[in-house]
Amino acid sequence: MMVLYINGNQRQFEQANMSVANLIQLLGLQGKRLAIERNGEIVPRSLFTETTLASEDKLEIVGAVGGG
Amino acid sequence: MTMHQLKIAGQTYHSRLLVGTGKYKDFSQTKAAIDASGAQIVTVAIRRTNIGQNAGEPSLLDVLPPSEYTYLPNTAGCYSADEAVRTLRLARELLDGHKLVKLEVLGDPNTLYPNVVETLNAAKTLIQDGFDVMVYTSDDPIIAKQLEDIGCCAIMPLASLIGSGMGILNPWNLQIIIENAKVPVLVDAGVGTASDAAIAMELGCDGILMNTAIAGAKDPILMASAMKKAVEAGREAFLAGRMPKKLYSASPSSPTTGMIG
Repeated sequence: MMVLYINGNQRQFEQANMSVANLIQLLGLQGKRLAIERNGEIVPRSLFTETTLASEDKLEIVGAVGGG
Repeated sequence: MTMHQLKIAGQTYHSRLLVGTGKYKDFSQTKAAIDASGAQIVTVAIRRTNIGQNAGEPSLLDVLPPSEYTYLPNTAGCYSADEAVRTLRLARELLDGHKLVKLEVLGDPNTLYPNVVETLNAAKTLIQDGFDVMVYTSDDPIIAKQLEDIGCCAIMPLASLIGSGMGILNPWNLQIIIENAKVPVLVDAGVGTASDAAIAMELGCDGILMNTAIAGAKDPILMASAMKKAVEAGREAFLAGRMPKKLYSASPSSPTTGMIG
């Protein structure tokens, strides 16, 4: 079990060991253009697979939207 | 034509009109309006991705491919330097190391007036971090100069408040900013209709960034086309050099000789 705070919402996951890449898959976001911040630090896309998440991590997952 | 080229951070653009991508009815209207405007640089906002909803729906990046447009990620909605810097670092990661950004740090949710102290602080950090910073600011010539001195690649004073459509309220301040600046000065915010855009360009602005004036028009695509022409017309009029204003003229346009009788 693992608790993550994703975009301000608390979420529970069955998995104990998950990489950022696993999480993206689980959330159905694979192939989407996005950027991720983990506990205030950016996780480069090239490190998604090798970055392991820990319980209580705070994640921001962002994309580009229309704006002026 | 060189006279129509805008140079920002070493890149050359033939369009002097920069447009936002917000407030449109849908993506197809966004794309049609942007194409009608002829803009090459488009602003985008960075926001939390919807988790679990409409995972398959197209994104802005699919509709406006970054290979065809120069993206200008903004910090709209940020009220502190820290938030703005965080947002643009995420934008850089999102857009594969893209360095050109629009910094805006707001001071008040009602007026969206910029907080120039936070803006200066954020600009310093971003420039140290290697970003090319186009900066939204007030029309204060001293702050504009300070932002240039710390290394911003373009100064973007408001003409009037964001989304207000009130037009060019203080042409004199804009003129001082333009005269003092060695980097491009673009009016950002406040333009309501084509004549406002022409006036800003006639003052000698290097370009204009707008969103609501186009997206908020009854026919956004037609207004985008009008804005394209207004920016071009204003630029040409600026380069042509207007005739001096006179209360009345003793010099008629038709010959004074050869009259009948």
